[in-house]
Amino acid sequence: MTVDSYTALAKHFAAIVAETTTPTGAAAPAPFLETLPADVLNWVVNFLPDDAHWLRWFLTSIVAIVAILTVFGLTFAFLTVTERKLLGRFQNRYGPNRVRIFGVRVFGFFQPFADAVKALTKEDIVPTAADKVLHLAAPAATVAFSLLGFAVLPYGRHLTALAGMDAALLYFFAAGAASELAIFMAGWSSLNKYSLIAAMRALAQLISYELPLLLVAVPAVMVAGTLSLSGIVEAQGGWLGGVVPHWNIFTPWGFAGAIIFYIAALAECNRCPFDLPEGESEIIAGYLTEYSGFKYALFFMGEYFGMAALSGLGVALFLGGWQAPCEFLQFVPSYVWFYVKLVVVILSFMWMRATLLRLRMDQLMRLAWKCLVPLALVNLATVVFWERTAGWDGPALQAVRWLAALALVVVPFVLLGKTLSAGFGPRKYRYA
Amino acid sequence: MTPTVISLILIAVVTLGTAAVALFLKNIIHCAILLVVAWAGIAAFYLWAGAEFVAFAQVLVYVGAVSMIVLFAVLLTRPRSDATPPAAGTVAVRRTAAHLWGKLTAALVATVLVAAVVTTPFAAPATDAEPVFAVKQIGLALMGEHVGALLIVGVLLTVALLGAVVIAAPENKE
Repeated sequence: MTVDSYTALAKHFAAIVAETTTPTGAAAPAPFLETLPADVLNWVVNFLPDDAHWLRWFLTSIVAIVAILTVFGLTFAFLTVTERKLLGRFQNRYGPNRVRIFGVRVFGFFQPFADAVKALTKEDIVPTAADKVLHLAAPAATVAFSLLGFAVLPYGRHLTALAGMDAALLYFFAAGAASELAIFMAGWSSLNKYSLIAAMRALAQLISYELPLLLVAVPAVMVAGTLSLSGIVEAQGGWLGGVVPHWNIFTPWGFAGAIIFYIAALAECNRCPFDLPEGESEIIAGYLTEYSGFKYALFFMGEYFGMAALSGLGVALFLGGWQAPCEFLQFVPSYVWFYVKLVVVILSFMWMRATLLRLRMDQLMRLAWKCLVPLALVNLATVVFWERTAGWDGPALQAVRWLAALALVVVPFVLLGKTLSAGFGPRKYRYA
Repeated sequence: MTPTVISLILIAVVTLGTAAVALFLKNIIHCAILLVVAWAGIAAFYLWAGAEFVAFAQVLVYVGAVSMIVLFAVLLTRPRSDATPPAAGTVAVRRTAAHLWGKLTAALVATVLVAAVVTTPFAAPATDAEPVFAVKQIGLALMGEHVGALLIVGVLLTVALLGAVVIAAPENKE
């Protein structure tokens, strides 16, 4: 590598830094709060000399990493206690409400700090026959892989850690694919039959549900014409009459896609009703059987990070990312909108957990392969029709377009549902 | 020694090192996982060379999918402890055959690779600005110029999938 190409690369990094730090495309002067994170980043990076490209790039990365870890680490901490409180209310009890710091008790919302101390001081038990190295590496790998996805999520108008990345969506799924390896490592290294069975079940589930997840992400890419998540979010800008946003979920294919994505995302992050890999009553917490103390907590951390990242992807693909829902609500900074949407999606995950029962293994597989995958493929055809007819003008043609697209989405769903559920429904409860 | 060269050396050491260690480990699961690290190293090399799309495809396919196939294959073909050991003579014959086939395959692969490397005309490195390969260009090239190859690969994979379904399906008990 010559000196010339080195300077070219350094310039390339400098361009990336400039792209992440300077707001572009804003005609009116952007409001103070909107550009605040980028301004802070600029202020920090500007302590370094102008020509130290590598150092500037390094510092930018470190700041981004610290910011993501802080925000989502705290989100994780408070999500755990929120989930416990919410489940408590759903089940007509209080949930955790005792922990106080210096006599201050905010409805028990300091619980995660107590939990952290407990997890850290618990005895770490490793089975004698276990594969020690892999047993230790598995929880670390889970957290590491689940964190990778955060790098490409567009948190705000000027707030993406890797803004210059062209193949952001591919990166996200590539990072997610590696988490299966961590689960296998955990299940195999424990040398426990329950762990291994659960790891196999988890792998089958993750591989099966990754397919619909990928397939329903494709329409959003086709419409936006880019694999970059920021580009997909920007393509969803604008409002109909200033009130109805142009989010993907408000189109026929987007609505169907969002539902399939929601189900597949629930399964991908092992949430109820798809929490078979760690089914407590069947396979004694599955691949977590031989884990205790902080390693166990790390698995949970990885799971919640994965859930937040997938929800963030769903928000970016279907819910308009950082776009405000109405035109007059734009005074609220874009990253606040992203976070609000993210939290709403995660809370709905918790609602699902409190409402639905766990599926059986064969039901899980049938749902993925016989229902979600064909519907996702049909959805691809729908989006092709939607894009081909984008030029249709006038209310009559628009109505035809909407009705045809809706029919393309609804008819296969009804037919498939009728065929698949033939002979299964409705269940009679004779003793209850 | 610029940072780019140092990073290339690091990537090469990790990739080749893990691959080499994987050859000599007794524990076959450890071998498989080290192999996954080697594949990730190759993806890192693609990233280093500026081929983002290929790098992530490499991770998605090799680290995500092929590693699973390897691990499943290892788990499904583990020797059972209660199986009756074959006669001493057959073991020796099988071992020789396995050695022979292994060396033959290795020689074949090596020949093809070396021939490919030797016969490829390497263009002089471009001195002007590095070409930027956007994902869109790759997609257009795949769907335009190379659409025939893409279709053939798709049909081949579908046939393989159908074959797997046929093999795995329970036989009719009649």
